[in-house]
Amino acid sequence: MIRFTKVVVFILCLSPLGWLAWGAYTGHLGANPIEKITHQTGDWTLRFLLITLAITPLRKILAIPSLIRFRRMLGLYAFFYGFLHFLTYVWLDKFFDLHEMLVDIGKRKFITVGFTAFVFLIPLAITSTSGWIRRLGGKRWQALHRLIYFSAMGGVIHYLWLVKADIRVPLEYGTLLGILLLYRVVVWIRPAFRKRGDVSLLRRADAPVD
Amino acid sequence: MLIKKADDIRPSEITPENVYLNRRKFLAGLGLTGAAAAIAIEEAARPARAATGEQIPGIVKSPFSTTEKVTPMKDVTHYNNYYEFSVEKEEPAQLAEKFKTRPWTVTIDGAVSKKQVLDVDSIIKFAPAEERIYRHRCVEAWSIVVPWVGFSLSELIKRADPLGKAKFVDFTTIFDPRDMPGQKRDVLDWPYVEGLRMDEAMHPLALLCFGMYGQELPNQDGAPLRIVIPWKYGFKSAKAIVRIRFTEKQPMNTWNRSAPNEYGFYANVNPDVDHPRWSQKKERRLGEFFKRPTLMFNGYDQVASLYSGMDLKKNF
Repeated sequence: MIRFTKVVVFILCLSPLGWLAWGAYTGHLGANPIEKITHQTGDWTLRFLLITLAITPLRKILAIPSLIRFRRMLGLYAFFYGFLHFLTYVWLDKFFDLHEMLVDIGKRKFITVGFTAFVFLIPLAITSTSGWIRRLGGKRWQALHRLIYFSAMGGVIHYLWLVKADIRVPLEYGTLLGILLLYRVVVWIRPAFRKRGDVSLLRRADAPVD
Repeated sequence: MLIKKADDIRPSEITPENVYLNRRKFLAGLGLTGAAAAIAIEEAARPARAATGEQIPGIVKSPFSTTEKVTPMKDVTHYNNYYEFSVEKEEPAQLAEKFKTRPWTVTIDGAVSKKQVLDVDSIIKFAPAEERIYRHRCVEAWSIVVPWVGFSLSELIKRADPLGKAKFVDFTTIFDPRDMPGQKRDVLDWPYVEGLRMDEAMHPLALLCFGMYGQELPNQDGAPLRIVIPWKYGFKSAKAIVRIRFTEKQPMNTWNRSAPNEYGFYANVNPDVDHPRWSQKKERRLGEFFKRPTLMFNGYDQVASLYSGMDLKKNF
């Protein structure tokens, strides 16, 4: 059952890319297709980061421990869309002009923070395997993977700093992220809150995730 | 000056299907079949209406036109920065559909010999309609090529008869949150105001515009009356104008008020002065894969003398 659900979720997570590819092929991405692709891949990176961060609170609050089995896939999808977003910048926006990109990363705050947020996701993607969890040990692995908090914050700030006047959508993402991070703060301050959950995070990290 | 009459029908001059259908609906509503009779009644009754995309007769070509490839009308009408309707570029096309552009008056006041309230239909008869194919460069680093229809803004200013002390002119967009849903939110400080120095406004390139692609201006592109200042970033070209005011002091403009460090009063297209958050060196011409270099004054070098001796980095 979990296996089947995983396949369904996997395909669902690919559908934004499928939609973009189909739109590009049929010419339905509007007057500025490259801008559309850039915005869509960026949006989906943020969405997948938030969905990934929602897994832990949801499995505790809804008492569905098996949700954890989807977390790695969702996190990797955040990295995947982040990579596509980065690629549209490198390829379609800058045409591999390294000098111009370095100037951009150094000079433009929203690029700096967005680039940093993406770089933070790289070690997380690399160490997402069961082998790496064993090699690092649960505690260290978990500490490393807290980078996702900073990556998500960077993503929201990146969005906030690039819009011209209408900050409503980035603020919506920011609010959701704030709620998800607040949950962690509450758990941290009041560990009793966590004990309401079924499986301790550390025990689970030692066990194979799948 | 070489002024030739257009001698062929451009594809864009063929009535689009929806306009054709609207007219059919109109005729059906009247219970008439004779189009000529219907048009006569339409002209006589002058009901409040939205722009219908009607052809503008007798358009003459302009030597100011570029020979660059014109951007398809569908792109120019479905990719609009028109925050009065929506901050999403695809949305004004639909949200502006029912926007009423008649009756429409423009108030001319400030430092003028006599305040006037003019009907838009009398304004657009001040001079022969010209087609001017201009490059249009948005501050967001994309660009289009548009065959606007109008005549030099100076034709209107001459008739407005500004006083000698008038050094600037500003343009106010209608405030109508009922028909402009974007104005229900305070994204910008409504109503939208833009301004020009008098010598800029009097420059022959500065266009008073009421059409494009040979037709009446579509609502989402600023109907019924807008300005087009091709050497400046697009936000200087105010849309749906209801007031033109002459002043002694430099007027505030909406984007400058919103973010003074990012949007100046002059807003001349300038590849050497970056927006604080992005480069202005290149632009993406809609329809092209590779970015192209942005030209000083958007390639309209004839305006350079207006700014001689000015530090354009400071006066961005």
